[in-house]
Amino acid sequence: MNKPSQRTAADMAPEQKVKFYQKGTFTVGNRLVDADSRNVQSSMDRSNAITSGHRACQGCGEALGARYALDTAMRVTGGKMMAANATGCLEVFTTPYPETSWQMPWMHSLFGNAPAVASGMQAAMKAKGKTDTRIIAQGGDGGTVDIGFGCLSGMFERNDDVLYICYDNEAYMNTGVQRSGATPGGARTATTMPTDADHPGNVFGTGKNLPRIAMAHNIPYVATASVAYLQDLEAKVEKAMSFKGARYIHVYVPCPLGWGCASNATISLARLVVETGMFPLFEAEHGAVTSTRPIRQRVPIEQYLKPQRRFAHLFKSPQGQEAIEKLQAMCDRNIKDYDLLRETEETPA
Amino acid sequence: MSLPTTAPFAITVDVGTSLNNHTGTWRTERPVYLDRLPPCNNACPAGENIQAWLALAEEGDYEGAWHEIMKNNPLPGIMGRACYHPCENACNRKDIDSAVSIHAVERFLDDESRKQGWVPRVPSDLSGKHILVIGSGPSGLSAAYHLRRLGHAVTIYEAGPVAGGMMRFGIPSYRLPRDVVEANIKRIEDMGVEFVLNKKVEDIAAEKEAGGFDAVFLAIGAHLANRAYIPSTDASKILDAVGVLHDMETAEDKPMLGRRVVVYGGGNTAVDVARTAKRMGAEEAIIVYRRNRDQMPAHDFEMDEALEEGVIVNWLTTIKEVGDGGKIMVEKMELDDNGKPQPTGEMDELEADTVVMALGQNVDTEFVGRLEGVEIKDKTIQVDNQFMTGHPGVFAGGDMVPSERTVTVAVGHGKHAARAIHAWLQADSYIKPEKPEIADFDKLNPWYYTDAPETVQEMLDVERRKSTFGEVVEGLDETNALYEARRCLSCGNCFECDNCYGVCPDNAVIKLGPGKRFEFDYDFCKGCGICAAECPCGAIEMVPEEI
Repeated sequence: MNKPSQRTAADMAPEQKVKFYQKGTFTVGNRLVDADSRNVQSSMDRSNAITSGHRACQGCGEALGARYALDTAMRVTGGKMMAANATGCLEVFTTPYPETSWQMPWMHSLFGNAPAVASGMQAAMKAKGKTDTRIIAQGGDGGTVDIGFGCLSGMFERNDDVLYICYDNEAYMNTGVQRSGATPGGARTATTMPTDADHPGNVFGTGKNLPRIAMAHNIPYVATASVAYLQDLEAKVEKAMSFKGARYIHVYVPCPLGWGCASNATISLARLVVETGMFPLFEAEHGAVTSTRPIRQRVPIEQYLKPQRRFAHLFKSPQGQEAIEKLQAMCDRNIKDYDLLRETEETPA
Repeated sequence: MSLPTTAPFAITVDVGTSLNNHTGTWRTERPVYLDRLPPCNNACPAGENIQAWLALAEEGDYEGAWHEIMKNNPLPGIMGRACYHPCENACNRKDIDSAVSIHAVERFLDDESRKQGWVPRVPSDLSGKHILVIGSGPSGLSAAYHLRRLGHAVTIYEAGPVAGGMMRFGIPSYRLPRDVVEANIKRIEDMGVEFVLNKKVEDIAAEKEAGGFDAVFLAIGAHLANRAYIPSTDASKILDAVGVLHDMETAEDKPMLGRRVVVYGGGNTAVDVARTAKRMGAEEAIIVYRRNRDQMPAHDFEMDEALEEGVIVNWLTTIKEVGDGGKIMVEKMELDDNGKPQPTGEMDELEADTVVMALGQNVDTEFVGRLEGVEIKDKTIQVDNQFMTGHPGVFAGGDMVPSERTVTVAVGHGKHAARAIHAWLQADSYIKPEKPEIADFDKLNPWYYTDAPETVQEMLDVERRKSTFGEVVEGLDETNALYEARRCLSCGNCFECDNCYGVCPDNAVIKLGPGKRFEFDYDFCKGCGICAAECPCGAIEMVPEEI
């Protein structure tokens, strides 16, 4: 347990050298590679941990991110796993009483206690001798970075054998789009309305960068992922499941309703946030960054902001323009800190 | 007070599944799979389904790919070399890096077919109809091939000693090696098409009657050289391009062009003759053309190759007079405001051992004109949309009818005419299927295609090109051909990348298995449109629901 590793997500799911795969390298499936090397999401027998009929909005990024992550974990564990869920969209849209979309053991308790519940489930499995049953805890950004933060920090600090996955859509969407600790500066939410020149959306604070906070706990594995980079996301979940102890994955999931974007823009925004440098994709082990995913086609932050109504006001005032510049500066900072523009022979998708 | 122990502690209902909740009712737009027309297919004059055969080739099914080509084009070896590939000019990939080298893959597949001995599929039952094809150039061969594939007996009458037409007498061997031409023709002969060589037809109606043919397809091409009046004291020094290229192919003594050769004209034939002259040992091969390069009808790459080989061009120049001892008077031209060349009066002198006129070609309409009902306009034979002349049962195609005169157009004519003849024999007419919507670049999501520039075909060294008739452009090996085929974007046609299946938040895309594509589950599809937005090749369309 806890031994350092030099592996990266890329070599967990070996990406075949591109040479012969001009087509399909970045797609969900690729019929030109061996069946074993293909993504879980491309297989006909993926577990569909969340089945159809759930009540997520059209184009929900969270429904997608959760299925991506959990189907991969189901594949890795051979179906021997359970999940604890914080209160939030994911909980609400999958389980309107008495229906459920979950095709795996799943438990919901309170908004703030999912990490603690997961720790308890893990202890219970241990007590029953079912040590091969793995535990996942999950929640939205509100339940994770704000309300459940104390429990989460405790789970990290005790190094309980739980993978915690945060689906980050940057506000409390379930209750009507209120600001959370993960809401970006400048964004309009129900509680950060751009009322006048002095209040151009959410304030720019110092931010609550939970992946970095998780790393500060020196837990075995921390990673960021985006629903637009499926292969990368699956590789990170697979990698996370290869560790024992506390692990954390922060998945970026666009919310068409809360962000005021088209329902078909979910994947493209999840791509743009990475290609701008706003949301760097990386992995860290025991507190140190071990891999980052370079930008493939760099774009300015405006391209990411414009399709979203939560940022529309920024394009209408000098203060808004300042906010855009601040956001661009954050991207530039990330690009520098994570060396996102380095030359690579080829980029894993 | 105590509760009865059999009663539940609270009101509960059994666990249900969300599958009872048909979220499809939320939808205002529905995604629909469709096959759009790839721009390459749309541009192909022979109507090849390029996207389909590249898809087979990229999986390594070269035989399948070759058969797919052969559905439309019986001459892939020739097309892979001599076609000016309008498909590649239309290719969407050029907006990402560079067009797929379609011709090179086609050429590779033909090489493979000859190595492996693949044969075209021919029906065993004959229709009992017998069709006469006059002329064995690309359109005649294409018509014969397709008629044979439709179950008819076919006989070709060829006036010359060998089959091939302009593929032999128009395109020099350094662009189109003769063994390739022969092999492609032999394959048609092996299908049971009868070739009668050295058979010049004078009276079409009589031949039709005598041979008991049910229909005739005329494909005699355009091989009469255009003339321009140029005062000349020494006519022996003036040759025509068609004659030169023809003699290169057949004559015992190759044409003597001399050390200095002037070619008059700006088309591909002019370039061909200049390059041929170089190979025959001319020190100077000068093209005299009255317009500039932008207006030149010759293809860019051919002009580039010619310049590399040392061919010289005098732009904006006309020949006024050919005098004694090969002294040629030329006049400089300039373009007027309408881009038309106008004489300047400024004269110059050139010396040449030979002057070759490459001023275009005409159809020998004389014997065709004798046939009742045939209409001749602008020195070409007029045909209807069935490729039928005014004489019932006599069809015509290729260079002799109004068209762009290329090998590929001719092959397309042959195919279309074969289908029209087949329909006519059943007292019907051939209606071309309507084209689906074209898959333009803006229908694609190019993010999903990795950067992979075109494979460069090696070329013969320039020095060797100047002195030999070896093929200038080399072919691809299997590795390169596979790479090239896999660069295809599959525009408008599902290539089963699983994107729609993966990106649906509602699991409303059903994967049917390899080769069977996908289906939407409209019970659950909420109509978010992510599948359509993320489809790399534009094979999904969002259609408004009727509400």
